[in-house]
Amino acid sequence: MRRALTPLTGLLGLGLIVLLVMTSVAIGSRPIPMSDVWQGIWHRDRSTESIIIWELRMPRTLLALTVGAALGIAGAVMQALTRNPLAEPGILGVNAGAAFAVVVAIAGLGITSFTGYVWFACAGAALASTLVWAVNQRAARSLDSAGNAQTRLLLAGVALSACLGACTGIITMFDQDAFDSYRFWVVGSLANRDESILMAFLPFAAAGLLVAGLLGSSLNALALGDDVASSLGVRVALIRVLCFAVLTLLCGAATAAAGPIAFVGLVVPHVARLIAGPDQRSILALALIIGPALVLAADIIGRVIARPGEIEAGIVTAFIGAPVLLRLVLTQVRSAR
Amino acid sequence: MNTVPGFRVISLPRNTTVRVHRRSATIVLTLVVLALFVLMLTVATGAYEITGNDLVATFLGGGSDMDQFIVLRQRLPRAVADLLVGAALGLSGAIFQSISRNPLGSPDVVGFATGSASGGLIVILLVGASSVASIAVGTIAGGFATALFVYLLSSGGGKVSERLILTGIAVGAMLASVNDYLITRATLDDAETAKAWQFGSLNIISWPHVIPLAVLLAVLVPLTLTMSGPMRVLEMGDDSAHALGVEVGKTRVWLLCAGVALAAAAVATSGPIGFLAMAAPQLARKVSRSPGISLLPSMAMGALLLGAGDPLAARALSPFQIPVGLVTAALGGLYLLWILTWRKG
Repeated sequence: MRRALTPLTGLLGLGLIVLLVMTSVAIGSRPIPMSDVWQGIWHRDRSTESIIIWELRMPRTLLALTVGAALGIAGAVMQALTRNPLAEPGILGVNAGAAFAVVVAIAGLGITSFTGYVWFACAGAALASTLVWAVNQRAARSLDSAGNAQTRLLLAGVALSACLGACTGIITMFDQDAFDSYRFWVVGSLANRDESILMAFLPFAAAGLLVAGLLGSSLNALALGDDVASSLGVRVALIRVLCFAVLTLLCGAATAAAGPIAFVGLVVPHVARLIAGPDQRSILALALIIGPALVLAADIIGRVIARPGEIEAGIVTAFIGAPVLLRLVLTQVRSAR
Repeated sequence: MNTVPGFRVISLPRNTTVRVHRRSATIVLTLVVLALFVLMLTVATGAYEITGNDLVATFLGGGSDMDQFIVLRQRLPRAVADLLVGAALGLSGAIFQSISRNPLGSPDVVGFATGSASGGLIVILLVGASSVASIAVGTIAGGFATALFVYLLSSGGGKVSERLILTGIAVGAMLASVNDYLITRATLDDAETAKAWQFGSLNIISWPHVIPLAVLLAVLVPLTLTMSGPMRVLEMGDDSAHALGVEVGKTRVWLLCAGVALAAAAVATSGPIGFLAMAAPQLARKVSRSPGISLLPSMAMGALLLGAGDPLAARALSPFQIPVGLVTAALGGLYLLWILTWRKG
């Protein structure tokens, strides 16, 4: 069956996002009826509803959408770059690298503003993704079977995450206050993020998404192998560098904004591939819809199921994503046999 | 029996023989001596200074009350616990690496240790009990539940080791987020306790923590050692083992149970000590140049690593004590990366 991205799919996706945004704005400790939500979004005034909507819930909702888009696209780019369907910035330790750098910046250098530590997060993400990729290259060269190389990449990610996580742990051991905010940040939460974080995060996300958007057809060629890609006129090295730039910007900034949210980058490209087939351009386009929808849905679920408290979005995505990983792993190994 | 280079055949009563890998035997002896030396060093040194004569007197029942307290009730239980936990983890790692025929099939890589930690955290944070016995129940239940889950999922077909490892990673990733979640739900005080435990630390160890582990080891270690023969045969593959008269399923289940119990008991005592179970058998194998994973050297190596590592981690930045589990996790993670990148095949 030939699958392709149709305008209808796009429209359905946008409709889903609008629906989720309205739900996200409506739900909270003070519920707002749907009709008032519509009213409040379009007519910004000094009424209580409007203030709640625009100052509390809208920034959080928009942040969820942007973080979702960033992580979804990062996952798609990473899977295309490594040619490994199990690749994901969370599992492979890229988010852990960003998290480690942020903790270093906060505890070591006393930087507490988002605009300050987001650079550290990007540097950490860059370092971690380069390292994991180097391991992947060596593994791919020294091994015969594809299944083995995939396992190795995953294990390298686990090792890197564990290593960085332990270093982060040592730093937070020193400082009880740092630990108290760290334990909420490390699970990936969208709570208590104000408009300034959203505004500071947007340029990073926009730059990353823009570059990723230009990469689609080159990534298609890259899927055929480095040699074929270069004979098709793709400058493989340049594309790789651009992929790393995308990963760095998107994972670093998203982690700095919302904490290390795992599994979004794994689930999104797979769902996109199910809907639209293997064309990277369609996958990237769909990831722009599925990613935001997933993170926002996770955030809404987390707010609803544990009332009056809430479960952080990162934990909800882990519970959605880990079974997907499990299923993928089991089918992968079966087919690699 | 033919003589094999590097091995020595020892005759036992009732017409049985044991083949001993010469270098391994020497290595075990060396490691044990080193571990005991480290134990003495740890007990004799520290922030509280004590002279050699006083030390001997204290051990013989004399000495001041302060000496008694510091040496016999502070340093000694911790040093003994270091060795026991290290030995348990080394042995557990050796069992798992042998069953999965893969150095990466150790309990901390495939999520069993994370599962044990989940069990322990549930007991500490949700049940609100922090006594040794209740934590042990939690970690053992958590470890077994995780092991059962991973084992059932991965027993479908295909390459056993690959499936086991990948399934374990996926389950471990899920459990890790459960652990993080549990910690966010707790009050800051509870969370600090849980964190200190979850990072793997022997800072507050005392005799009541050590005794249960010692008893468990006294039972499990001889039991495991008697199974080392069938375990070796199992490494050659299920079919060969079956043909050679080993009850494959039964042996594997028993070995798995022993391995999980050992890992869970260690986790109950000290919290998860990252990657020790992975590194100890591999290092032991490297030093002894033995053809496969062997139980006793792995155990001795584990004991030595933790016996030396814990005092170092605790005293390097004194008075601030780094939990040894974090140090081993950081170093073990690097070691794992190194294995993955530079090991051939």
